[in-house]
Amino acid sequence: MRRKVRSHIVQDEPLLFELSTPGKRGCQLPRLDVPAVDPAAALGEGSVREGIEGFPEVSEVEVVRHFTRLSTWNYAIDLGMYPLGSCTMKYNPRANEEAARTEGLLWAHPYQPEEQVQGCLEIMARLEQALAEITGMDAVCLQPAAGAHGELTGILLIRALLESKGNPRRKILIPDSAHGTNPATAAIAGYEVENIRSNARGMIDLEAFPSLVNEDVAALMITNPNTLGVFEVNIARIAEILHSKGALLYMDGANMNALVGWTRPGEAGVDVLHLNLHKTFSTPHGGGGPGSGPVAVKKELEPFLPVPRLKQVDGQWRWDYDRPQSIGRVRAFYGNFGVLVRALAYIMACGAEGLRAATVDAVLNANYVRKALEPYYELPHKEPSMHECVFSDRRQARHGVRTMDIAKRLIDYGFHPYTVAFPLIVPGAMMIEPTESESLRELELFVEAMIAIAREAEENPELVRAAPHSTRTSRVDEAAAARKPVLRWRPES
Amino acid sequence: MYPTDYKYTREHEWVKVEGDVGVIGITFHAQQALGDIVYVELPKVGTQAVQGKTIGAVESVKAVSDIYSPVSGEVIEVNEALAETPELLNRDPHGAAWLAKIRLSAPEELEKLLDAEQYQALVAEES
Repeated sequence: MRRKVRSHIVQDEPLLFELSTPGKRGCQLPRLDVPAVDPAAALGEGSVREGIEGFPEVSEVEVVRHFTRLSTWNYAIDLGMYPLGSCTMKYNPRANEEAARTEGLLWAHPYQPEEQVQGCLEIMARLEQALAEITGMDAVCLQPAAGAHGELTGILLIRALLESKGNPRRKILIPDSAHGTNPATAAIAGYEVENIRSNARGMIDLEAFPSLVNEDVAALMITNPNTLGVFEVNIARIAEILHSKGALLYMDGANMNALVGWTRPGEAGVDVLHLNLHKTFSTPHGGGGPGSGPVAVKKELEPFLPVPRLKQVDGQWRWDYDRPQSIGRVRAFYGNFGVLVRALAYIMACGAEGLRAATVDAVLNANYVRKALEPYYELPHKEPSMHECVFSDRRQARHGVRTMDIAKRLIDYGFHPYTVAFPLIVPGAMMIEPTESESLRELELFVEAMIAIAREAEENPELVRAAPHSTRTSRVDEAAAARKPVLRWRPES
Repeated sequence: MYPTDYKYTREHEWVKVEGDVGVIGITFHAQQALGDIVYVELPKVGTQAVQGKTIGAVESVKAVSDIYSPVSGEVIEVNEALAETPELLNRDPHGAAWLAKIRLSAPEELEKLLDAEQYQALVAEES
């Protein structure tokens, strides 16, 4: 078979602290050409310290080599397919970066007067309009810093709306196929969580559902497509049932990349949804962010959106703080602005046709992988897949090889692992999301690797169980790391 | 595998009745499905447990799962050893790794639970 990887030199690297040599400096300052000032006299004794204990003293070239070497230990979307299901690790186009590095955007400060940053405000306004159009919703808030933050904002909006009608209600319904952050969101917003079991097709059971919806229910939080990659075909009916009891429909839009340009949640009766710009709209995702989780709402919820809101007065963009029903700010300033620029750049570069094509390609790629791997891995849910597919390790488990082992072995073949053991409703889940970014060639390499691992699991299970073999660190003891974490480096004495 | 004098829930908890007290825990199947358990969140003594409602959580390297109380009543003791050695749940889920003792307020609820044979059948069906 064609191998994507072969062994190659990987440099070992100590910690920066261990590289330190006392007195070494990274740069030389010019000779002082003004009278010297005693910092203690100028700032007060308490504000001055002699040095920082343990601070590494290294030269510029040592710092550059240190971080460059560390970067070669990494796996990134710029190195290859990153099929981490549910995370939508799509390529981050360089055009986004070009836009975000525009001088006036890069150096804008949130305290600049509105008349100096009309361009920035217009970018945010246009992005709000674009996201509203894509989702079929009426208004958008760009403040939330990531998906779960968007969820919390959305549920607080629902609470505020219901409170304004006299009763915030008690409960939020959440299907077992929803994203794991949903129950946490509901609890933080002061609601009880009631779980709903999926039916055999991996969807909400429409026969049982009406009996669960009563005057105590504030909302249902639904992920669509759900974590099985299955589209909830009854979403419009579900919305009707909720609305008939005065409850609302929240949609976790983390999987919106399966829908963009083809169907709009707003038209299906969704009242509030959040988007993950770092998933669906191609902004950077790794390294912990920053993310961006805008919230889109129907008209009825608009008065409650966080302040400030953008409005146009005499052709000029202004911030409107006079919103008496607003739930208040949810983030300092106006959101992760640099990410917003990248998302708008992506939307405008793709255009409507490009966005529709991206959705189709993402679904096509997921179904290619599904079809190619179905003879080798158990596919527990047979409903049509959207942007991702979920296998189970059932066949390999007979040889003592579990989803985690297969994922680790995938590293030896040059791929980032898929998502392991999620969703929980599939035992031994293997959740694969290729995204539209992958070429047929890269998909074929991935499929070949997965088939080779399936064969290894039968013929040489120990090889898979002990993987990875080609990385600089072999398998780590995850249980010990979680039970007895060592969180601070100390010098060897 | 599953002690015949215990009762079981569909959510994979067990209860052993000792007089008017129910000792509760999670089953062998539950710990096996969760994998290496790294943290256990137990109720406080004095908590009023309600049958079928969350009473704590177990965290493994894979996931965090709620523990649903198999019986109703006041929590009178919890297994403090699990704070330091959560791995007990993987080693001895039906014995040393009991989670809590609950003074039964509604013993008739026990009728709603599964016996060992029924639970075994459920596990076979799920795996």
